[in-house]
This record gives sequence, C-alpha cells and structure tokens, in this order.
Amino acid sequence: MTDQTALFEYLLRLGDNTLVLGHRVSEWCGHAPVLEEDIALANTALDLIGQTQMWLGLAGEVEGAGRSADDLAMLRDVWDFRNLLLVEQPNGDFGQTLMRQCLFDAFHFELLTGLTHASDDRIAAIAAKALKEVTYHLDRSSETVIGLGDGTEESHRRMQAALDLLWPYVGEMFTPDAVDDAMHAAGIAPDLIAMRARYDARLKTILSEATLTKPDSSYAQSGGKTGFRHTEHLGHMLTQMQWLQRAYPGATW
Amino acid sequence: MYAQMVTSEATQDDPQKLAQFQARIDAGEKIEPKEWMPEGYRKTLIRQIGQHAHSEIVGQLPEGNWITRAPTLERKAILLAKVQDEAGHGLYLYCAAETLGVSRDELTEMLLDGRMKYSSIFNYPTLTWADMGAVGWLVDGAAIMNQVPLQRTSYGPYSRAMVRICKEESFHQRQGYHIMMKMAQGTEAQKKMAQDALNRFWYPSLMMFGPSDKDSVHSAQSMKWKIKMNTNDELRQKFVDQTVPQAEFLGLTVPDKTLRWNDEKGGYDFAEPDWSEFFEVIKGNGPCNTERLAARNKAWDDGAWVRDGLMAHAAKKRAAKLAAE
Ligand SMILES: [Fe+2]
Ligand SMILES: [Fe+2]
Ligand SMILES: [Fe+2]
Repeated sequence: MTDQTALFEYLLRLGDNTLVLGHRVSEWCGHAPVLEEDIALANTALDLIGQTQMWLGLAGEVEGAGRSADDLAMLRDVWDFRNLLLVEQPNGDFGQTLMRQCLFDAFHFELLTGLTHASDDRIAAIAAKALKEVTYHLDRSSETVIGLGDGTEESHRRMQAALDLLWPYVGEMFTPDAVDDAMHAAGIAPDLIAMRARYDARLKTILSEATLTKPDSSYAQSGGKTGFRHTEHLGHMLTQMQWLQRAYPGATW
Repeated sequence: MYAQMVTSEATQDDPQKLAQFQARIDAGEKIEPKEWMPEGYRKTLIRQIGQHAHSEIVGQLPEGNWITRAPTLERKAILLAKVQDEAGHGLYLYCAAETLGVSRDELTEMLLDGRMKYSSIFNYPTLTWADMGAVGWLVDGAAIMNQVPLQRTSYGPYSRAMVRICKEESFHQRQGYHIMMKMAQGTEAQKKMAQDALNRFWYPSLMMFGPSDKDSVHSAQSMKWKIKMNTNDELRQKFVDQTVPQAEFLGLTVPDKTLRWNDEKGGYDFAEPDWSEFFEVIKGNGPCNTERLAARNKAWDDGAWVRDGLMAHAAKKRAAKLAAE
C-alpha cells in the first residue's frame, strides 16, 4: 500500500464515520422526546455533515480522480464505505441512539485530539475545527447517558440494554490494521492502543456515574473500517441517502 | 395563517380598565406579562401563539421527510438547519405563551389530543425534492407575509419572538426559491417536478391565510387589540402579488387560469382556493392529518421514559446537593 492509498483510505474512514452517523442522527428530526433534544440532535447531525464535507473533500483531493465530497458520499456502494460498524447501527430508541453517540464521541474526541498534531496541516486544521464541536457532543451525550442510566428503573434498564447491544462494536475502533499503522508511522494518526487506555478510563467514569455495568465480553465485531463486511443496515441507509443522485444521474440540485 | 381561524374570546372586564388598556394599545405601547390585560386578550393570545407554536413543530415533519433523501451534503445541511430553526421557533413561541400562564406541556397535550390546531398547510404531503423548494418559497413566504406585521403586535413577548423568527423565515424563503431555481433550470424531469410542486402547493398556500374575514366580528376585536394586524384577504392579495412574478421568473405556471393583472386595483385577480377542502383539512380530513398527529403522539409517548428518566436523575442530584450542604 502506498502512502497516498493509505491516506485516501484513512480519510474515507474519517468522512464515512461522520457521514453515516450524521445521517443516522438526522433521522430523528421532528421525532425526539422533547423539543430541546430535537434541536440538539439536529445540531449534532449538522456538525457531522459539515465535518463530512471537509474530510471527503480532502479525500477526493488526495485521490486526484476528480471526485467531489458529494460524489464520494452519493455514488459509492456499501463495499466502498469505510465507516465503523458502530455508526451504521440503527437508532433504536432514544437511549440506544445516545449510547451509540457517547461510545463514538469518546473515541472521536481522542482521535481528533491526536489528529490536531498530524504532520499533514490540512488534517490538523480540520481536526482542530471538528474537535471543538465534538467536545460539545461528548459533554452532551455523556451527560444524557448518565442522566438516563441513573434515572428511573425503566430508563436504567433501557440504557443497560443499549450498552449490551452496542458493546461488540467498540473494539473495532481500537483495533489497528495496516492503514492505521501506516498513518501512525507517517505521523498522522495517533496510536490506537494508547487511545484505548484513555477511552476506557473515561468510559469507566461515565458508566459508574450512570450506574451501568460494562459488559464482560471483549469480543469485537469487525469489517466496517476495512469495508470487508458491513452490517445489513448500511445498504438500506444508502438506498435512501443516494436515491436522488442514482435516479437522476448528472442532474444538479 | 399559522394561526388560522382564531376567534377572539369575549371579554367581561371593567369598562374603565378596558378603555385604559385600549388607549395604551392605540398609543403603540407594548403590553408586558405582569401588566393588567383583559381576560379575552389573554385567552385569544394563548390560542393564537399556541397554534403558531404547534405549526412550527408539526411543520418539521413534511420537511423532515426529505432530510434523509437530500441530494447533496450541502442541501442536507441547509434543510437540517432549516428544520432545526423551526423547532427553535416553536420553542420561542411556547415561551411567549408561557408568559400568559399556560405551560408548554399543557399546550402540547392540547395539540396531541386535537383540542388545539396547527396550520392546514402541514397536512399536505411532500412528494418530491421540488416540494422542499415549494415549501420554502411558498409556505415560508406566506408565513412571512403574516409575521412581518406581527413584529408590531401589542403583546411584548410575542412581538419579540416574531422579530427573531422573521429573520430566519426570510432566509428559509430564499433557500426554497433557490431550490426551485435549480430545478426549473435543470433537466426535463426536474422542471416537471418543479411545476408539479407548484401545482400541488399553490392553493394550499393561499388557504394558509384563512377564509375571508372582512365581516368577522372576532377579527375586528383582534385587530383593535393589535393581535391581528391585517385582514386575511389583504395578506393573501399581497402574497399573490409578490409570488406571481417570482413564478414567472422561474418559468413556471401558476395553476390558475383566471389569474390576471388588474390595473385598477394594482394587483392580481385570482381564483379563491376550494374552501370546502380547507374546512375538511381543518376538521382532520386532510391528506396527512392522521400521520402528522400520529407522528407527534408517537414522539411524545415514546419519549415519556426519557423525560421521566432525566427528571428523576435531576431530582436525585438536587437531593444529593441539599444533603451535602
Ligand atoms: Fe418557522
Ligand atoms: Fe415556518
Ligand atoms: Fe421557516
């Protein structure tokens, strides 16, 4: 793998994570439990879509094949997506959505913090901008997980179920592969193993305040960031997201 | 409008106080929450502001319907931001209504069980991407017609909410028009979508202003109190006069064969919408009434455990803090 290929792959991972999660969060629009949450979820989705434009824009530049961020978002099929399995998981109830958000935000926060020191200025600049937004996302999602975990019996039960359901998707975030290694060696990506320790420490605090129990299993599903094997959910999302571009090729909107 | 057919409440207050109140309004003073106001004024405002707030909230749904299918990342972001604005408008308006002594939860319950209404326009489906253009251009456009004058309404909190809202609505209208422009200048299929959207949204948009209220005693009272600033017909005429040239510029045809410029009145003559359809929609028989109300009810019911959970947690925190003091 050349450095350029690895960089392109890596940027797709960054952009596809925010694209797919942004899309999922946007599915809530108008259906949240309370008006303030509707506004906050839309805000999170907006930030993530904005980050997608930057990451995929840069990916297209690096690839040098004339593909724009929109081309990459709207015209690739499932096997070309490089997002984590976690972010393509369906929304479920509000608790499941916020648990997914919190598990991702805590990772995203560490990742972007590391990327602000990237040897590539373009990446460092995007990371710095995104980090401000994601700091806020993490505050919000962790507070909500704590509030609901430590709320009523029912909210506690639902949050524990959400954690149990999503836990197998945590490991993929921290399992380095050839792309991660190449990016780390190039001085771009932070060390995932060191990140995991900080992630675990933060999560421990959040879960204990939330009175939730970390599942015992360390089994991790994989196949999202490599594109080897996504879950069945991604295809349905793309069917919806890409429909207009696919049905009316070449039109401008 | 967003508050259609709000009949003003009868008032049985001390005539002297009423006269003083009217004098303040005539002098252009703003009425603030703590000040004396006739019961009818208060009740009419609650209904009007509440209905307006509900319209913003239900109004998220027809546009939310296209967020996951927006054609580009930028369009998706713009639409998301717009729908988020509408939720924010709902929030300001519920806050304004709360200053009159009714809670947001009470108003919400009344929306959900059908005691309170929202604008008829949001009971129409959004079927193609061009509908996102048509809704911004026509629906936000019609809303602005009504809301710009309401910035001068007599009730302080309502007037201030309108000032904030109007800025954003004019943004929405321009964005909607821009979508229409892209479609109207696009491929054959896009042009067809644009015309089809105008065909479906033209008359429902005219209905937004409500039936003619020239002779309505209720609107006369509301106008005296500066809760309503113009008659429905005045606003509808203004809307048509503004919108027809915009449609021409797009190369689209307004679906009204009787539409003619009338030199004498300096405005267009145009066909009235089918008012029987309007009354059916208000009664609950519009194309999407059932879905819209079901979606709001589902969001509220499914969210109950979340609201309860967060409240229980906040109560525990308060108790812990108190114990520590
Ligand atoms: Fe609005
Ligand atoms: Fe609106
Ligand atoms: Fe609007």
